[in-house]
Amino acid sequence: MAEKINEEIVACFPQWGNYSYAFKFLIERGFGVKYLTPPPITRRTLELGSRHSPDYVCVPFKYCLGCYLEALEKGANCLMQIFGACRLNYYGELAEQILRDMGYQFQFMNMAEIKWTSPRSIIEHMKIINPNVSITKVVVALPTTIAMIKLIDQFDNFLRHNIGFEVNEGDFEKLQKEFYAALDTVENKKQLKRIKKTFFQRLKKIPVNKPAHTLKVGMVGDYYTVQEPFSNYYMEKEFAAMGMEVYRDMNLTNTIIHNQWKKRHRFAKKYAKFNPGATATFTIAEALSYVKQGMDGVVQVKSFGCTPEIDAMPILQNISNDYRIPILNFSFDSQTSETGIKTRLEAFYDMVVARKNTTKGDK
Amino acid sequence: MKIGIPRALLYYKYEKFWTTFFDQAGIEYVLSPVTTKDIVTRGESLAIDEACLPTKILLGHIDWLIDKCDYVFLPRVEYAYRAQMCTKFLAQIDLVRNTFRDRKIQLLFYNCFKKGPRAEFKAFKKMGKFLGLKNAVIKDAYTKARQAQQYFEMFRSQHQLEVLKETKKNKVLVVAHAYNIGDKFIGEPILRTLRQLNCEPILAEYFDAYECIHQAHEISKTLPWGYNQHLVGAIAKYRDDVDGIVILTTFPCGPDSMVNEMITRKVKDKPILVLTMDTQDGTAGLETRLESYVDILNFKKEHRNG
Repeated sequence: MAEKINEEIVACFPQWGNYSYAFKFLIERGFGVKYLTPPPITRRTLELGSRHSPDYVCVPFKYCLGCYLEALEKGANCLMQIFGACRLNYYGELAEQILRDMGYQFQFMNMAEIKWTSPRSIIEHMKIINPNVSITKVVVALPTTIAMIKLIDQFDNFLRHNIGFEVNEGDFEKLQKEFYAALDTVENKKQLKRIKKTFFQRLKKIPVNKPAHTLKVGMVGDYYTVQEPFSNYYMEKEFAAMGMEVYRDMNLTNTIIHNQWKKRHRFAKKYAKFNPGATATFTIAEALSYVKQGMDGVVQVKSFGCTPEIDAMPILQNISNDYRIPILNFSFDSQTSETGIKTRLEAFYDMVVARKNTTKGDK
Repeated sequence: MKIGIPRALLYYKYEKFWTTFFDQAGIEYVLSPVTTKDIVTRGESLAIDEACLPTKILLGHIDWLIDKCDYVFLPRVEYAYRAQMCTKFLAQIDLVRNTFRDRKIQLLFYNCFKKGPRAEFKAFKKMGKFLGLKNAVIKDAYTKARQAQQYFEMFRSQHQLEVLKETKKNKVLVVAHAYNIGDKFIGEPILRTLRQLNCEPILAEYFDAYECIHQAHEISKTLPWGYNQHLVGAIAKYRDDVDGIVILTTFPCGPDSMVNEMITRKVKDKPILVLTMDTQDGTAGLETRLESYVDILNFKKEHRNG
């Protein structure tokens, strides 16, 4: 036991989009312990995760478990999991149980266990990450973390709209790498502001060949699959390669920092009178708003068996029929073939182009 | 005005409650028949492929009812035993409304979206106003309906406890949601097979909910779903009184996919059989699995008795 107390705490949160830089800032500057940036998701992560998961649990759980296993190999000893409105609420406990049965030694901070009405419970759980945590430091680090998350979302959104039209291939990706390298070294809000200024100036200077009327496609889907590029097989990149502009509103800024649930719920009232649970409201409202903004197509990506998204599917079909717009559904499991996805995407592209041409002819 | 009640999902939780309420309020209603292969096939063709089997069955029942009544009764309940519910219960109204949009479906519902003790009555009051009932009638019918449901559940659990104490057969705890075990298509073949094999099926669903939920934390601390808390609690409470546990799930049930894994990891002292039901018919495979399971139970019993 004596060894364990002296051991340095290394915290880790599963890989999720590009937010690991913001989490790293919060954990290192706020909680004062080391943060292990989880290794990027690969085929091996998914294989590891699905080997030890139950059969038909949704795929994000398999990604999370695989990520935990890889992080534990690299020396992490304090894992974290958030809570949610669907199965996500139970991810933490089951993942912990599976890892403990495999014989790993670690601390687990499960946010689903926290009673949010009791400050004592919150502090107790913060002490799992670091027993000598300073609440003041965490509170001071929070605004910068939030600003960082917003910046990451802004940057990614800009990329999403423009990456398909770059003149010199690889410009944007190069800058993105530099941007994240710069974020890794941020210490306070001032530096963050400087980074924001310089990088947005550089972003706008990158030569882009964007026609006046581009093909636009909106992406909706369940919380993890739509945000984690590996789990939707880099679909955004595929669309960019086809020369399409990708829109995606589902991110941390729009859901947790500036929660737009009420607005979305009101917007979706025509199709869904009540809250269908979890991300279904967002899916419906976003699909509807994309359609009303005049986009050429909507893609729904989800993990296999995601109940809220399945309940949203008949509604999306109705929207598709009412506004005569193609809506494509993708359901990902741990064994989805890449060629199958490509074929369907190409067919979708052809349909979008054909639709665009016929509507032009009408005018 | 005639109301149609689909014999699916929440019906199995609230059957006495609803029927007594409509009887007392003097409203005519029609119940859809027990699930048959036709209903399942019809529901399957209406639903999204990935949807779970109980949802498909619900759509099949509504399809049967839609021309035979003015309103289809489909309530929305957001909390079960003060805990979260599977999202399919939250979405079922919108799901049904959008699936049957072309056929102009009229829904009658109460929306119970709060946790408090009065929330259900308030929701009923609203529905009663819609039906054109007087306040006194609503209150009277509601109270009687609640009592009927309470006594029904109480007698059911008492009867089961007696059976548990007296029977000499192999006792098998059947862990399944009410809408699975009560359904003729999903649950009935399993209960029948177990009885044929000289076993006494003890239903986890029939035990008193709150007593069970108190003990659910012994197996799982952060279990979010109320119905699953009930079932898991029943395992924690009665695992020593039974010989084996059979878990019945439908494919691809969201909550069960995770909770079953937790149960099999935590409960090691009893033989556990996990059965997953799909829309495929034919019970031969099911019978074989249950037979070999009961053989294990018998073998264990002989071994124990020397």
